[in-house]
Amino acid sequence: MKTLTKLAAGLSLGAALLGSTAAMAQDDDVRIALVVKSLGNGFFEAANRGAEEAAEEIGNVEIIYTGPTDTTAEGQIEVINSLIAQQVDAIAVSANDPDALVPALKKAMQRGITVISWDSGVAPEGREMHLSPSSHELIGQTIIKLAADELPEGGDVAVLSATSTSTNQNIWIEEMNKVMDQYPDINVVATVYGDDLADKSYREAQGLMQTYPDLDAIIAPTSVGIVAAAQAVADAGKIGEVNVTGLGLPSEMAGAVESGASKSFAIWNPVDLGYATTYLAYNLATDQAEAEPGAEVGMGRMGSATLDDNNEAAMSEPFKYDASNIDEFKSVF
Amino acid sequence: MIAKFLKSREAILLAAVIALILLVETRFAGFAAPSNLAGVFNDTSILIILALGQMAVILTKCIDLSLASNLALTGMVVAMINATAPGVPVIALIALAIGMGVVMGMFNGILVWKLDIPPIVVTLGTLTIYRGVIFLISDGAWINAHEMSGGFKAFPRAEFLGLPVLSWIALLIVGLFVVLIGRTGLGRAFYAVGGNPHAAVYTGISVGFTRFMAFTIAGGLAGLCGYLWVSRYAVAYVDVAGGFELDVVAACVIGGISIAGGIGTVGGAVLGALFLGVIKNALPVAGISPFWQLAISGAAIIIAVAFNARGERSKGRVILKSAEHAQ
Repeated sequence: MKTLTKLAAGLSLGAALLGSTAAMAQDDDVRIALVVKSLGNGFFEAANRGAEEAAEEIGNVEIIYTGPTDTTAEGQIEVINSLIAQQVDAIAVSANDPDALVPALKKAMQRGITVISWDSGVAPEGREMHLSPSSHELIGQTIIKLAADELPEGGDVAVLSATSTSTNQNIWIEEMNKVMDQYPDINVVATVYGDDLADKSYREAQGLMQTYPDLDAIIAPTSVGIVAAAQAVADAGKIGEVNVTGLGLPSEMAGAVESGASKSFAIWNPVDLGYATTYLAYNLATDQAEAEPGAEVGMGRMGSATLDDNNEAAMSEPFKYDASNIDEFKSVF
Repeated sequence: MIAKFLKSREAILLAAVIALILLVETRFAGFAAPSNLAGVFNDTSILIILALGQMAVILTKCIDLSLASNLALTGMVVAMINATAPGVPVIALIALAIGMGVVMGMFNGILVWKLDIPPIVVTLGTLTIYRGVIFLISDGAWINAHEMSGGFKAFPRAEFLGLPVLSWIALLIVGLFVVLIGRTGLGRAFYAVGGNPHAAVYTGISVGFTRFMAFTIAGGLAGLCGYLWVSRYAVAYVDVAGGFELDVVAACVIGGISIAGGIGTVGGAVLGALFLGVIKNALPVAGISPFWQLAISGAAIIIAVAFNARGERSKGRVILKSAEHAQ
């Protein structure tokens, strides 16, 4: 039994050596695999468009867009194993599970494949770096900027959050409050919680408009809340008086933008994310940059990503959606 | 007659609702204005309709925890049909919603009636099943405002004699229930089955069938509410009305409908729902810290229930005493 394991280990080591030499023998196209959570999802299709755009800019890059048909970690492991067999140069994965993928990705790294995670991260031992679509600071700054941009004279705004214990929303609101001194004419009059329930969020938005008749904007950094608030504003006949903004998905907010209840809102742009991911994977795979804390890795037109102590980086502030681009994105995600 | 009404639980609850409204008025001027109260009633309409359905079930000593899931599933189905075929008239969608709700209610009822499974287990099961089916048919995707047709969203909002159609539907259902519960054999059978199932059998009432009918009626109302909910909030997704089943049970319990079955009135269920509705609408405007809101809602429920429990007990004693005197 023991000899058998030794033999197996020796064989796999041999295979690994063969694998790496074979990879070197490849033609000079850098093959980057974009592994997504599942195929047929508009968000990832859009990310692929961005990746192809980056590939075209760089020139010698081939994008392999792949993923399981359903959002499971097992499916992704299978895909990753087959990519290892194909000896791709880099794997960029949006993980269905942060831990389950680690062994397969470790194997890929041992074979000399560059592994990064994007959108939905992998545990640090299973990747060289992770690219988040945005950071807490940038989201907090964006949501107040969206409201303030529509209020050049200043005004009263209120925040409609998820639950009072939602970690993400609380951090974003905290980050928003840190930059409030840049907007001296904007008053945040209240923060209320819709618990990510459509009916409670609707009622809270109604309550805000009753309590603060001069309210100018509602900031809802949650996808359920922003839709419910837009509906409450429309039903109260206050379109044009109260602007609803925050974080939402274009497919869910298209109606609110069309009716004018929401002038603009934000969320990450999947096209930019796929684009930036491709640049990072390319720069790391071709050894033009090293993934280590403090390193700056180029992302083409998106600038460069600065890695933190966990080798994580944020791409940019959330992308702004309004009447000019909502039709393009509402069918995407 | 008046003296009897003044001592009834409904009168006390009505006084509590009025006191609550006045209390909120002191913190937020304009809350007690007729137009705002009409808004509160409209907001509570769906809760009232579901509370009446739940009341029929609870009267027969059963409970239906699947109402909110039933609502969510019918809501998702009608929203999906509307999104893919905007030409289907709203009235047909409403009929479909009620029909689907009835079928889901019957499914609960059959399991309770023919297989004799405890209702709490049956409906706990169907609660998850119906919720799961929503995910299966929708793939987790939302149906959003811009995908719904104008008529689909406009119907419950349309004004008729100063009140939205949604409110009128609730009033209509309340009227139907007053007749059903007070003036029909089935309505009286609900009380008989819940009050004393064994005695009910001797009077020729089928306990199982009566329960089946209660589940069917509750299911049909939940189906109707499915359409109303989705069109009112103009969005349908998997978690629509999550946890709402507990609000419905709370409304019934506050309204003095005994969980042990056989005791309760239509007025009680309506007032119980209104009591919760006033609290839900008052908390956002009363300037109370959100961190206290949950505690206040919960405390209100416990106080109301404690009050009811006391009421029920003393009533029991009175009956015994009068029985002793009669002998």
